[in-house]
Amino acid sequence: MSAILARLGRAVLEQLIRTGRATLFFFSLLGALSFMIRRPGLLVKQLYAVGVLSLPIILVSGLFVGMVLGLQGYANLVDFGATSSLGTVVALSLIRELGPVLTALLYAGRAGSALTAEIGLMKATEQLASMRMMAVDPFQRVLAPRFLAGCIAVPLLAGIFTAVGILGGYLVAVEQLGVDSGAFWSQMQAKVQLYADVINGVVIKSVVFGVVANWIALFEGYEAQPTSEGVSLATTRTVVYTALAVLALDFLLTALMFGAW
Amino acid sequence: MSATLTHSTAAAADRRPIVTVRGLTFHRGDHVIFQEIDLDIPRGQVTAIMGPSGTGKTTLLRLISGQVRPDAGRIEVDGICVHELGWRDLYQFRKRMAMLFQSGALFTDSNVFDNVAFPLREHTRLPECLLRTLVLMKLEAVGLRGARDLMPAELSGGMARRVALARAIALDPTLILYDEPFAGQDPISMGVLVKLIRTLNDALGLTSIIVSHDVKETAAIADYLYLISDGRIVDHGTPSALDRSNSPWVDQFMHARPDGPMSFHYPAPPYAADLLASPVP
Amino acid sequence: MVQKNLELAVGAFVALGIAAFFMLALQVSDLTSLGDERGYQVTARFENIGGLRVRAPVTMGGVRIGRVVGIDLDPQTYEAVVTLSLDPRFDQIPTDSSASILTSGLLGEQYIGLEPGGMDSYLTEGSTLRLTQSALVLEKLIGRMLTNAPGD
Repeated sequence: MSAILARLGRAVLEQLIRTGRATLFFFSLLGALSFMIRRPGLLVKQLYAVGVLSLPIILVSGLFVGMVLGLQGYANLVDFGATSSLGTVVALSLIRELGPVLTALLYAGRAGSALTAEIGLMKATEQLASMRMMAVDPFQRVLAPRFLAGCIAVPLLAGIFTAVGILGGYLVAVEQLGVDSGAFWSQMQAKVQLYADVINGVVIKSVVFGVVANWIALFEGYEAQPTSEGVSLATTRTVVYTALAVLALDFLLTALMFGAW
Repeated sequence: MSATLTHSTAAAADRRPIVTVRGLTFHRGDHVIFQEIDLDIPRGQVTAIMGPSGTGKTTLLRLISGQVRPDAGRIEVDGICVHELGWRDLYQFRKRMAMLFQSGALFTDSNVFDNVAFPLREHTRLPECLLRTLVLMKLEAVGLRGARDLMPAELSGGMARRVALARAIALDPTLILYDEPFAGQDPISMGVLVKLIRTLNDALGLTSIIVSHDVKETAAIADYLYLISDGRIVDHGTPSALDRSNSPWVDQFMHARPDGPMSFHYPAPPYAADLLASPVP
Repeated sequence: MVQKNLELAVGAFVALGIAAFFMLALQVSDLTSLGDERGYQVTARFENIGGLRVRAPVTMGGVRIGRVVGIDLDPQTYEAVVTLSLDPRFDQIPTDSSASILTSGLLGEQYIGLEPGGMDSYLTEGSTLRLTQSALVLEKLIGRMLTNAPGD
């Protein structure tokens, strides 16, 4: 019994230590960000790696999610003769929830895991240590550009995902199922609000998710055991932790933004 | 060592050792890595620190370069106490030293040229044409000027280490630390590296510290040897002095004898008792 | 050259992202609703507002001319005080216009419909609409029908 308690206590302590390290890591990242003003060129390469290379999966997934929403929404609304509000249903579900959440989850799988593996391998092959020995701070030179690029890329990707999703819904609803095109857009415009939905939903949520997803990815890479198992374990942890954090935060943010009214 | 003799006139100007270590103690968990060791690294020479694997030789280099802090004792490099430096001063201090990592630690996402140019680009504002000249000079020094466009993945282990060496000398350091430079090399590239370390040391007026367990190669180029084992300095002296040492331990290590004071077996309970013991813990 | 291609790809990516947000702002949501903030505000008192919510549309003749910006309860009279923000383009609404709370469709959202009156004076900032008709609460309606049915 006492052995179990001791084990539990140790696990809790280890988690607390990890949380503390992650927090300090986050502040080091923020502190290193000012370096990006002097070296904006570093950002371009990283934006390409996490943004441009994530674009195909975001475009394809966004299109399909929007098309599914169009089909499912139609099947349900047609019973009430309310297919004209299909545009509203598609747009609101994408803007408030699916756009930012699915983008963050896809990002964790596509770019977050790659970031973790890259940093973990740089650590395992002593590249970070050799950088330190050359009097170059890896936080400034390696981690900060990746963090900033990721935080810029996620909101942009979420916007693209949402827009493509609405187009996918439009394709199914209007071209396929014969919903009136004017009703589709006008009903959407009547119900979707710029501040309450677009800014709160896509913008704020995706900025928060972007910061969290990149923080987790870089931290796991930086803390990875410098072995091949350590790095593979760390990439798995990145995807799992990001998914959990994004979904939990999504509930919190939704409760704060839309729950009050 | 004729090379040392010709060089010693220049080094004679400053006879103080470049690195002094006093009463250094370092633990990792409960495991004692170093127990109150003292050592001096003479300026302008090649000093080798040797010992069996797992005796913390690499840790010693990390201590000297300020990557880890000692539990007790004092490490001075050029009169500066390394472990008392703040973050900013430590980075300033490291511009004067270089470390060659065991793996080479080249940046895998850029080619040979950019790897060597990296420290120059980070710490200087040289125009691109001057930078190119400098990088090609450093690459020429290690004989790899023709490989400037290759990626690290296309290099052999020995070439990668030479590129890393070119990168290490890019900022003209006064002290260069080699972590197992000969490990896992074929005899030819080992010979190239051995010669390179010696010539660079003398041509650039560096001080070199080599950590290694390759006795023959290291003893061939070192001016002075330290042998460490079990957290202590077992013996030190010039290679020829150690070669003739009476100490059975030194004799075993220097001549690679399988038996001697250092046992082949990891500490274990008696063999027969262990075999007969029940497997339940 | 490689660096140029990289910059081109990143530039295209950022442009695409910004274009997506423009589409969300202009095509998906109604950007004209931004104008509400500059409208003039009038109040209307209702006995019962039913399911009316802040941001519900205010229409006249079916055309949207403003939004509900505030809902409060007068602690003395127990009436609901609804603040409407009206588009300044429509500044010639007679003061004796009446406001009713209507429902769009059978299950739709509730909104305020204005019926124009005949007076020569117009609503301005701070005016109050006197003639109001409360929301039709479905339960009350059904209850009235049930109690009245036998008497008919």
